[in-house]
Amino acid sequence: MTLARVDRRQRRSPARPGAAGLDDRKGLPALRRRQGRRSRLTALAFVAPLLAYLTAFYVYPLYRNLDLSLRDYTVRSFVAGDAPFSGLDNFRTVLDDPTFGPAMRHTMVFTLVSIVFQYAAGLALAVFFNRHFRLAPTLRALFLIPWLLPLIVSASTWSWMLNSESGVVNYALHLAGVAPVDWLTSPHWALTSVIIANIWIGIPFNLVILYSGLQNIPGELYEAASLDGASAWQQFRHITFPLLRPVSAITLLLGLVYTLKVFDLIWIMTKGGPGGASSTLATWSYQLGFGTLLPKFGPGAAVGNILILIALAFGLLYIRVQRRQEA
Amino acid sequence: MTSPRAGAWRSRRNTALGVLLTTLMLFPVYWMLNVSLTPQQDMRKTPPDLLPLHPTFEGYRAVLDDQMPYLGTSLLIGLGTVALTLVLAAPAGFALAKLRPRGGGPLGLLLLVAQMIPGIVMAMGFYGIFLDLGLLNSWWGLIIADSTIAVPFGVMIFTAFMSGIPGELISAARIDGAGTFRTFWSVVLPVSRNAVVTVSLFSFLWSWSDFVFANTLDGGGDLRPITLGIYKYIGNNNQEWNAIMATAVVASIPAAVLLVLAQRYVAAGVTAGAVKD
Repeated sequence: MTLARVDRRQRRSPARPGAAGLDDRKGLPALRRRQGRRSRLTALAFVAPLLAYLTAFYVYPLYRNLDLSLRDYTVRSFVAGDAPFSGLDNFRTVLDDPTFGPAMRHTMVFTLVSIVFQYAAGLALAVFFNRHFRLAPTLRALFLIPWLLPLIVSASTWSWMLNSESGVVNYALHLAGVAPVDWLTSPHWALTSVIIANIWIGIPFNLVILYSGLQNIPGELYEAASLDGASAWQQFRHITFPLLRPVSAITLLLGLVYTLKVFDLIWIMTKGGPGGASSTLATWSYQLGFGTLLPKFGPGAAVGNILILIALAFGLLYIRVQRRQEA
Repeated sequence: MTSPRAGAWRSRRNTALGVLLTTLMLFPVYWMLNVSLTPQQDMRKTPPDLLPLHPTFEGYRAVLDDQMPYLGTSLLIGLGTVALTLVLAAPAGFALAKLRPRGGGPLGLLLLVAQMIPGIVMAMGFYGIFLDLGLLNSWWGLIIADSTIAVPFGVMIFTAFMSGIPGELISAARIDGAGTFRTFWSVVLPVSRNAVVTVSLFSFLWSWSDFVFANTLDGGGDLRPITLGIYKYIGNNNQEWNAIMATAVVASIPAAVLLVLAQRYVAAGVTAGAVKD
């Protein structure tokens, strides 16, 4: 749930490739040209450490991961580094595995249900906090807390709250006259439990982004609407929601990309269990590579690469949507 | 038009509703605090004590006894990640914003895509590399891995911020005879304080909170971070939930400090660019 995002302002200024080269074409004096070359070298010197870093610590690990998924690794050959090339065997193994279907389905349910509820709650809260009442800024700031906490903190707190015998959630159900639920230990409820915790963590992100989107809707629109006698709901339906659509699209797509890769929360709360009832592609990949005494690095990496493909598909969609809005 | 009195009443009603919603949202945080103060013999009592009426500090004593080394390691790794991130991201952001290097456009796209790569996939790739290089279970190997979460974000924040610095400021420094590096160091960096704070905050918080890299790359090291300290507590099938929750409370301190001291930077970091401004 890393929360880094694109900066739109960025596109305006940097990187107009060829801008420096324009001078040469126009045949400006040689001095200018030399300066151009020098400044290009200086620019390169400033980005060179980053480029070296990205190559060593992004490109290379991803290459290693791809390599892992295309070879038949055992623990011995993992250390020795002489595993035979096996083409797409690992991918075939993974796709034929009876765990694949459920893991894929859980990933989709986890992601979609999480972002729908996070978005709905975030939007409702953003509209509410936009009413500018006393204490609103303070309360809005407090809403950030779940998102700032380390995931292991949130996950272990929810684990104890959802404990079957002594959890406070079951106690609340008991007060409401509902029978206790085995939240984390029953295969019917495990996925629901991790989704609930994940929604809780994701609400602040949606709230903050949607709230700042609301700030860009001109207040006069609401004034005019209320003069025309529009109710609060009509104002939301015909002003807020349509004008917020671009921000909504971005929030949902980013939420999708970041929820697809959630691992910590599920692993800490249920380890993908019981019996794989809450395993997603992310937890399954980890399970294969690190979760057993006999690691299956090849298939684990294959699942990871499938996950990357899905995340990138939505990621590129996000970039497209964002660029189109920019234009 | 509403009368002033009706308006005041509505505002008070909104405040009451806001407080109620915030209380609901923060109940898990309250519960963590409450459980951290609950004596062991009351832990499985029905009904549970909703208030810490008989607070005990045995959980926090356990933190002092067991978790101090983990906390120290997390602090070390957090600060290391901040330093590494700033050193890499600030100059690159400056170049992308003001020096127009060749290939800057594709680089921006690459940074965006980099942030979408799942952590477990990176962890698996790093595991093989660290195994080859003998970096497994080392604290500075973990700094390198943790920095991958923050560097692309950092470059984007710096690029965005430095694009807003007026060109005249930089030309003025040039006319005064400052070279590019001097301009960057003595002019651009000091006015980019806000960006430095935002990037530092987030890179510290992310590396402090990291569990995936810690668990895969530093599972057996001498110096392990606090996330693994908590995980070990849970994993031992430890039933001392007051100690677990007390550790969780202590591990949340950086987040709380950030929220109090730097709330506007936090919100700025979350929204950075996702929304048109």
